[in-house]
Formats: sequence, structure tokens, C-alpha cells
Amino acid sequence: MSMSTSRIARAVAAKDLRIELRSRVVTNQVLPFSGLVMVMFAFALDNDDVLQRTAGGLVWLATLFSLFILVQRTFAVETYDGALDSLRVAGVNPQGIFIGKSAALFVQLLMLESVLFIAAVVLYRVNVNGSGAVLLVTCILCATAGLAFVGTLYGGLTAGARGRETLLPLLLLPVVAPVLICATRATESAFRSGGVTVGEGWPWVAVLAVFAAVFGLGGLLSFGSLIEE
Amino acid sequence: MNTETQTFKGVGTPATRLYGLMAIVALGWVFLGGLFFTPEDAVQGDAVRIMYVHVPTAWIAYLAFIVTGVASACWMIGKKHSMGFDRVAGASAEVGVLFMAMTLLSGSLWGRITWGTYWVWDPRLTTTAFLFVTYIGYLAVRGLGGTAQQRARRSSVIALLAVLEIPLVHFSVVLWRSLHQRATVLSPDGDIKMDGIMLFTLLFGVFGFSVLFAWLVSHRQRIMAMQDAQQTTAIDVAVAERLKEAQA
Repeated sequence: MSMSTSRIARAVAAKDLRIELRSRVVTNQVLPFSGLVMVMFAFALDNDDVLQRTAGGLVWLATLFSLFILVQRTFAVETYDGALDSLRVAGVNPQGIFIGKSAALFVQLLMLESVLFIAAVVLYRVNVNGSGAVLLVTCILCATAGLAFVGTLYGGLTAGARGRETLLPLLLLPVVAPVLICATRATESAFRSGGVTVGEGWPWVAVLAVFAAVFGLGGLLSFGSLIEE
Repeated sequence: MNTETQTFKGVGTPATRLYGLMAIVALGWVFLGGLFFTPEDAVQGDAVRIMYVHVPTAWIAYLAFIVTGVASACWMIGKKHSMGFDRVAGASAEVGVLFMAMTLLSGSLWGRITWGTYWVWDPRLTTTAFLFVTYIGYLAVRGLGGTAQQRARRSSVIALLAVLEIPLVHFSVVLWRSLHQRATVLSPDGDIKMDGIMLFTLLFGVFGFSVLFAWLVSHRQRIMAMQDAQQTTAIDVAVAERLKEAQA
């Protein structure tokens, strides 16, 4: 009996989130790490005005650094005990695995980002108005979807090639560069940093949505052959 | 099991020798023409001579990555998953990375002389740098180990994802520069008035480097074929030797 893709996806996502709820690796390790990065940025830049002006970019950089750790974590739980091999041997639809793992990564990233944005308001003194908040939330959702898809895709590749975690940032960083550019510009618009208006942020969100769609589709098509050994 | 090892005598063929010779002749002309026969540019002076290397290597680097993408797609679509496509993809990416490094190096030297700075955040330059890093990653994926089939499957996916990635990078960098800060530099080769011999030397450079690319790729992919063959036959050979020892 074969399960439908959506049931597999839900089961995989629920499993990943349950592992996180019980192990608290993201909450107790990744979250404090990204908070520290935010503080380190303040030490490095050492200027309130510069911090306020660059807050959008710094939040997204901190998110990207955490993304590497999160992706490694999300596939480490699959390669311990050969769980990924077992899933494959059991004939589980790889598209379901891809959607499920992306969804779990999406939820974890969202949680992390919401804390980082609160930290930006507190530490970097940015402020957001009503229309800015709408832009910001849409931007976060689109950017995070894109990050979750590419993270799962490249994480699956490096998990297949066990023991080469150092490769992940090299592969992932060039790919997520558009997300950094677009999400930063949109966030700056939401914060109205440097005199940009909220309306100027929306074209960037459109690019983020295209990015998420492209890599979501690319992942669905190629994830099977990446984890298949 | 077949214990006969396939023997290879070098990787050259009459054809590769012919276009190897053509590459030497063409690049010899580019060397002499570029450095001595062509006049200096009215605006750029001697710096224009960098163009005879910079433009052909840039063109070859882009061509190389297109070849990698097409060969990877052929490997994936083809029913037989012919390993030849995978080797051409890999060889082409290696040569492409080499030429892209030459492009970036010669371009930044030219920029230093002409613009007064090694680097500008121009969309074309930025995309080129990303292409460079992306294919370094591609080569790292090829080096992950495993069987030739695993390598081919992984690297073909990465090559095709790069085909998705590069337009997105380019588009967002263009948007970034155009909305954020006008590109203040003139287009790198937009307004060069070309003398006849300069154009001739440039076209000859493109031709010479293209032939060099073909020469390098065909040799490299044959070396890869030998390495793959060595990997698959090494065990057979070792088994045969031990059997002989036991019988002796």
C-alpha cells in the first residue's frame, strides 16, 4: 500500500518537528547562536546609525548563518542510523520527503526569524508601521520558503555524500545570494531605512516568490535522484 | 570476469594533434599581434591589449558552462546515461573554471588601469564571480567520491540547478544595482573604436582560445575515462594477480 505524497510529507514534517520539540537543539543552540551573531554585528559596526540603516541585511545574514546549521541538523537526524536509506528502501516517495523536510525547516526558520526581528527592533532600534508590517511578513514568508527549499535540496545532496558538511556552505551560499539581496531590500523598505518607502519593497518580494517557486519545483523534480545512491 | 586490462596509449589522436597545432598557431598570432602589431587605443593606451586575452577567455568560460549544462542534461535525459556526457560535463567545467579565473584576473587588472579600481559592483562582474564560485562548488561535488554513476547523477543535478540559479542571481543583481545605485562605469567594451587589425586579433583570439578549449576538454575527458576504467578494473587486476600467486 502506498501512501499519498501529502501524507508522507505531513508525516515527515511532524517527525522532524517532534524531534526538535524533544531535543530542543534549535531553541537551545541555534537560536542563542544567531542572537550572538546579532550582538557581534553591533560590536563590529559600533555605530547606532549604521546599525539602524543596515538592520535588514544583518538580520538576513544571521538567518543565513543559522540556515547552514539548521540544514546540517535536519539531515544529521536522517543519516544517523541510516534513516534516509531506510526511507528509500521502503519505497517512500522522495517528493513527499522533500516537501515534508522543507516544511519542517520552514517552521524552524520562521521561529528563528521572528526572534531575530524582535532582536533587531530592540538592539538596532528599527521600527515598523502598519503597511511596513504587511510587507515584512510577506517578505519573510516568501524568503523563508525559498531558503527552506534550497536548504533541503542541497542538504539532501551533502547528506547523501556523508561526511562532507564543509561543502554545504560553498554550494548553498551562491544559490541563496538572490534571497539575501531581495529580502534585505524588502526589509529595508519595511523599516524605511535610508529614506526608502514601504512601496519600493514589493518588487523584491515578487522576486523572492519567483525564487521559492523555481527551487520548490526544482526540488520536487530532482530530490529523488539526489538522495538515491 | 574480464581480467584483460584495457590499454591506453596516451590521450592524443590525429584530430587532437591537428587542433592542438591550430591552437598554438592562433595563440602565437594573438601573442605577437596583441603585444606588437596592433596599435594602442586612443583612450585606453596599452591597456587595450588585455582585451585580446580577456574577451576570448570570458567567452570560452561562458561557453564551457553552457557545454556543462547541455552535457549534464544529455546524461540525464539519455536512456543509457552514457558516461561520456558526464565526463564532457566535468572536463568542460574544469576548463571553464580555469578560463573564468583568467577572465576575472585580466578583467580586474584592466579595471585597475582603466577605472582605477580592481572591482566594481557591476551586474555583469558580480554574476561572473558567482558563476565562478558556483562551478567551484560543482567541481567539489564531482570530487565527493563514490562510483562514476553516483558522481554523474549528483553532478548533473547540480549543473542543472546552476542553470536555474545563475539567471536568478543575475536578475537580482541587476535589480539591486539599478534600484540602489546607478552603475557609474562605462560598459567594459562598449565604446571601443576598433581598428581592423585589432578586430582581427580579437577574433583570432576567440578562435585560438576556442580551439584550445576543445583540445583541453577532449584530453581531460579521456584522462577521466582512463581514471574511471582504472577504478573499475583495479579490483579485477588485483584479484587476478592474487589468483596467479596462489597457483604459482
